[in-house]
Amino acid sequence: MKRLTSIKELQALAEQARQKLAERERKIQVKVHRGTCGIASGANNVLEAFLREVEARKLSDVLILKASCIGLCDREPVVSVILPGKQRVLYCNVTVDKVPGIIEEHLMKGKAIKEWVADEDAPWFKLQEIRIMHNQDLDPSNIEEYLARDGYQALAKVLTQMKPEEVLEEVRKSGVRGRGGAGFPTGTKWGFVRSATGDEKFVLCNGDEGDPGAYMNRAVLEGNPHSVIEGMVIGAYTIGNVRQGYAYIRAEYPLAIEAMSNALRQAEEYGFLGENILGTGFNFSIDIFPGAGAFVCGEETALMRSIEGKRGNPRQRPPFPANKGLFDKPTTLNNVETWSNIPQIIWKGADWFSSVGNKQNKGTKTLCLVGKTSNTGLVEVPLGITLNQLVYDIGGGIAEGKKFKAVQLGGPSGGVIPAKHADTPIDYEAVPALGAIMGSGGVIVLDEDNCMVDIAKFFLGFTQDESCGKCTPCQAGIPKLREILTRISEAKGTMEDINLLSELGGMVAEVSLCGLGQTAPNPALTTIRHFRDEYEAHIIDKRCPAGVCRSLVAFHAVEDKCYPCLESVAGYDAGGYEAFKALLPELIPDRVMEKLRNGGCAVDLARFLMTVPAQNKSCTKCPPCRLASAQMIRLLDAIATGNGNRETLDLLIELGDTMKTGSECPVGKTAPDVVLFALEHFREQFEAHILDKRCPAGICQKVVTYHTICPLRAAVPIQAR
Amino acid sequence: MERRETETPAREEIDVGTISRQIQKVIDDTHGKSGALIRVLQQTQGFVGYLPPPVLEIISRYLKVPLSEVYGIVSFYHFFTMVPRGRHVIQVCLGTSCYVKGGQKVLDTLKKEYNLEPEEITPDGKFSLETVRCLGCCGLSPVMAIGDAVHRKVKPGDVKGILSSYQ
Repeated sequence: MKRLTSIKELQALAEQARQKLAERERKIQVKVHRGTCGIASGANNVLEAFLREVEARKLSDVLILKASCIGLCDREPVVSVILPGKQRVLYCNVTVDKVPGIIEEHLMKGKAIKEWVADEDAPWFKLQEIRIMHNQDLDPSNIEEYLARDGYQALAKVLTQMKPEEVLEEVRKSGVRGRGGAGFPTGTKWGFVRSATGDEKFVLCNGDEGDPGAYMNRAVLEGNPHSVIEGMVIGAYTIGNVRQGYAYIRAEYPLAIEAMSNALRQAEEYGFLGENILGTGFNFSIDIFPGAGAFVCGEETALMRSIEGKRGNPRQRPPFPANKGLFDKPTTLNNVETWSNIPQIIWKGADWFSSVGNKQNKGTKTLCLVGKTSNTGLVEVPLGITLNQLVYDIGGGIAEGKKFKAVQLGGPSGGVIPAKHADTPIDYEAVPALGAIMGSGGVIVLDEDNCMVDIAKFFLGFTQDESCGKCTPCQAGIPKLREILTRISEAKGTMEDINLLSELGGMVAEVSLCGLGQTAPNPALTTIRHFRDEYEAHIIDKRCPAGVCRSLVAFHAVEDKCYPCLESVAGYDAGGYEAFKALLPELIPDRVMEKLRNGGCAVDLARFLMTVPAQNKSCTKCPPCRLASAQMIRLLDAIATGNGNRETLDLLIELGDTMKTGSECPVGKTAPDVVLFALEHFREQFEAHILDKRCPAGICQKVVTYHTICPLRAAVPIQAR
Repeated sequence: MERRETETPAREEIDVGTISRQIQKVIDDTHGKSGALIRVLQQTQGFVGYLPPPVLEIISRYLKVPLSEVYGIVSFYHFFTMVPRGRHVIQVCLGTSCYVKGGQKVLDTLKKEYNLEPEEITPDGKFSLETVRCLGCCGLSPVMAIGDAVHRKVKPGDVKGILSSYQ
């Protein structure tokens, strides 16, 4: 491809590209959406299957195309089918097996297979306002498809018809605010850098999306990389004296780095980057800098240090990067999404951009709706939409009929907003008013099964790991905060600890050097603010209302999975064993018998009951108890997994008897009772495992797994209310 | 130099001569780009697999950067490792979404079933375990990546089956 040297050539090429797309519309189009999530779910296999099957059937009027992520992360792989002149039909959860069906029914006979198709009248689609992600039906690796959708037209307009001041004015007028989290007006930021003195300035793109639970930037970089590039070139032109830009993308996003590198290569080849862009004499190029996995590098001064090839330690501000940034030159750093908004603001106008949103918050925001809602994925909504709309309408409510408890916004720097404030609009004023921050757009929905102390502890653990260690409040304060939270979660806290958390948290927030430390206490502070009762339950009642904090969990049996005895061993850790032991004689003849007659498995039960007293409670002093109990569990395991034989049974009885007679104390003397009892009364069940290799009750499987959280290794925890 | 080399755990695998040449080539390629040190370290880890002291010394010498500074970078960024990795690197995601949906249980299962702690490698060199903070596949959580393949909605009971498909 020859570099474009004039606007005229660009227009001719764009026209050609538009025609190509229009021609495609006359055929049957099958688009396989391939984002990271899609590929993880098997989109590449689906793509190959379509190519193979269409080839085999010699369908010449069918086009199999690649497209980018469509945001339906939990329903991947997604395939769109578009018949000429018809609306697109979205197939969800497509597998290789479904491909022939779709081809035969839909492509050949024109009938969509309704059961596999997403309902596009659902609120998930209706409430979205797709702007940044508007190219999700195109192949991001092909620059000409971007050109067909008015790609690089904004750049052409800026370079030929607008003065930098006019561009700046348009950006200001649109009201676009930094999408990285702080919501600082982009126009104002650019204005600072533009008016800073210096003959060399830089523009940077922050793609170090470190917040766990957020991947909007990844989707934009993978799905619409040229919009980011175009935005950066426009930014460079507006600010002036900029010849070099950097896109800092985290190394955990290999596909995004690949998509962006490819886009940069193409942009250079076509003349949108490099020397004499579009023949206008403007020079600018962009280089990718892959991050190396440090959360703090999302902070602007740390990111700049990292691009310089140093440790990503933040530094004191002022001087602000607008005056002294990368290599001490004036620098603007904007988020991926902010850059991606710029071309549309220029091409469609500031008024178009500000036509959605509310008073101070214009435009759309991409959000990652994840956690406990029925629908999860990437959405783009107008700013100012309420949390209720997001969780209940778009998200379809909480999965499995659980109760909505809170949303977590802004990752480790953010906080929780409880369900009672769910009418809060998502914007840069209302969210911080409740103590959370907008952040880059991760919305993690929590339900009644999530413990707020645990969530706070989780985030403090994250920031503790990620603190660069430079300033003391952050380096020493965060571990201390976490220590207090751990104490509370282990029922060792006092009411004073809550005050201590607030006080210390306030101090860390106030005196830390950079954004990481200043916001790190937020998860603790907001959970205390909105869920103080939960902290008090941990401290005063010594219980975890959500049943998450392990040392406070009481166990209940889930009827069809466990044995009735377990209902009585609530609080096993806190002296529950005594209660359990007291129940044993009573359990064996009556309740266990009843359970076994009603479909329990004797082998599994024997194994379980053997595990509790023998393995957990043997003092290991006398060999019969110490060795035989472990050996008996192994034998029972062997039987349960179908590896036993008749000798195993004899050995079990022999070991049981030895243990009974040879043990010194009642723990060892009584432990084998359950096994011997089961063998005596339900021998046929043992034989079924050995001879027929089957479990009559359908409980024992080849690999026996137990719920890891339960200290008895058998029960499933439910709320201990 | 020679003495240090013998201290590294997998000395047989390090061919200093070849690696020196490769590193020199990487440095030539990144010439003029900013942040050369991090780029060189990233690419070197790409072909060596990890960054043992002898490799850091070579980089320090070639780039004329003090060894302390090179070590400072390697220990600062999670991406770099100074211990060898397994043939398959298991990354268990402990980002928020995966955490609230049970990523920790997946990790606990791996620890128990394979006797592996994070940053450790199995005795046969087949797997090494790492934890990551968000792979950006939150819609599929909990996720576990083995090499480049992301496994979605992993349950503790699925772990053995998934690992057994790797040779």
